[in-house]
Amino acid sequence: MIANRIAYGETLIELAKEREDIVVLDADAGKSTGVLPFLKVFPDRYIQCGIAEQNMVGIAAGLAACGLCPFLATFAVFTSMRAVEQVRNSVCYSNLNVKVTGTHAGLETGGDGGTHQAVEDIAIMRALPGMRVLTPSTPNATRKLTRLAAEKHGPFYIRLGKDPAPEFYGEEELFPLGGSKELRSGAEAAILSCGNMLSRVIEAADLLEKEGIHARVLDMYSVKPIDREAIVRAAHETQGLVTVEDHVTIGGLGGAVAEILTQYAPAKLTRVGLEDTFGRSGIPLELYKLFGLTPEAIAEAVRELLK
Amino acid sequence: MYTVEEMEKIARLIRCDTLKAIYLAGSGHPGGCLSAVDILTALYFYKLRIDPKNPAWADRDRFLLGKGHAAPALFAALAHRGFFDISHMKRLRLHDGMLQATPNLKVPGADFSSGSLGQNLSVGVGMALAGRIRKQRYKTYVLLGDGELQEGQIWEAAMAASHYRLGNLVAILDNNHIQLCDDTRHVMSIGDPEEKFKSFGWNTTSVNGHDIPALMKVFDDVPDQPEGTPTFIAAETIKGRGVSFMEGTAAWHGGCPTEEQMKQVTLELGGGTL
Repeated sequence: MIANRIAYGETLIELAKEREDIVVLDADAGKSTGVLPFLKVFPDRYIQCGIAEQNMVGIAAGLAACGLCPFLATFAVFTSMRAVEQVRNSVCYSNLNVKVTGTHAGLETGGDGGTHQAVEDIAIMRALPGMRVLTPSTPNATRKLTRLAAEKHGPFYIRLGKDPAPEFYGEEELFPLGGSKELRSGAEAAILSCGNMLSRVIEAADLLEKEGIHARVLDMYSVKPIDREAIVRAAHETQGLVTVEDHVTIGGLGGAVAEILTQYAPAKLTRVGLEDTFGRSGIPLELYKLFGLTPEAIAEAVRELLK
Repeated sequence: MYTVEEMEKIARLIRCDTLKAIYLAGSGHPGGCLSAVDILTALYFYKLRIDPKNPAWADRDRFLLGKGHAAPALFAALAHRGFFDISHMKRLRLHDGMLQATPNLKVPGADFSSGSLGQNLSVGVGMALAGRIRKQRYKTYVLLGDGELQEGQIWEAAMAASHYRLGNLVAILDNNHIQLCDDTRHVMSIGDPEEKFKSFGWNTTSVNGHDIPALMKVFDDVPDQPEGTPTFIAAETIKGRGVSFMEGTAAWHGGCPTEEQMKQVTLELGGGTL
């Protein structure tokens, strides 16, 4: 098992071997974000910006405006918050080809604590006009979605965590923009997740299966644009939906799904995530227990939904 | 090639058309536009390697207007240089016009968008780096406002430009000493900007920002080198330059001249093109 951020760094090296316009920007976080290996292979296309995230975004905008394809990466809390106005005005406003990557998103950041755990970044990035939001759940998904971001012109936000992630996809799996992946079929409830929550959701579905409850599992790796058809189908074919995300329940995946349901297919929805609170220091597994993001808690949310 | 006399006439036309556009729009920032006009004229009609027939030419020199509120002056310069018809300026700041309050990439000849202060020097760093990575020989010029230097990101970009030895980057300060509320030294003094940039590792110089021959010389004196020390030019200017009732006052940072005042403008500058 490897972390998604490691798969991300590896993919950037592969892309740079294929294309001369791929450049990487770092805010002295490359050791953490997974992009430091790129420096050794392509030193001339690795731009260290120092601890200056707003400047990093502006530099990326200038590079993109002159025909390059920059991938910038640092902790999600900094890319999506400290530099959000630069992402908005220097990148999105001109629809520039900048790929913004935030690692160490969510409680998975663990010991570094609440200041470094981005639990609001999906909501923020989703609201920016023209920004696409991708939340890969596994290393292979990360590889494919990083390539997707490179292939499609325009701004992307790629949200990655910190810890190794179990793999559920083959190397040839396709991840179209605006799509989703159904990993369990089921007609009683649908559990939709994004990013690192997928393995917990699958465990929850397995727990429910033992009780005779057949839950559909959807990996919503593309939060914007989102797979409206899959959500509407789940609303029509099951008794209700549960969203699960390592993010506050406001404005993230749960919010995006709620927008679709209210407009196209009213259905019962329970949003599982942090309830209007910051994270805190701790061991990730213990934090998930504390904040209600365990397979058991997810299964319980489904049971409650079906009552 | 334009003579100095021709450029001085163009500068008057740009001033007049800028004010007419703001008058028609009903709002704008005339003071900061007028202080920048001679710098824009010396750049667009003398120094910049650009081709109005081919705005997207990959090897062109870039110009970034960090103080985006001076956009009408940039638009007037671009129009007079032949990038688009000047009549577009009649629809400045309107929903159905090409020209909004600040520059954007949909305007022919505009190299970037701006509006939020402090961001374009970083973009300029990126453009200069792109030139190096792609082995292109263009220069990148960034015009900064003196109030804009109060934004912290400016100094992040100044560090990076020096660190990466961006000899192909030129920052020009439109030093008119006045911002929205008051004199810059009263709002937030940053001391001597030349000393600040020098301490960040830049080559620095100063020039009378309204003396077109002096501007031409100072631009020519920038070494033509892709790698080396970036250059900072402090251009001493007067807010509202060229219009007697607008010169040297914060009152015209934002605002719109009246019809009566526009008559005075025409008397002082001669008529424009609009």
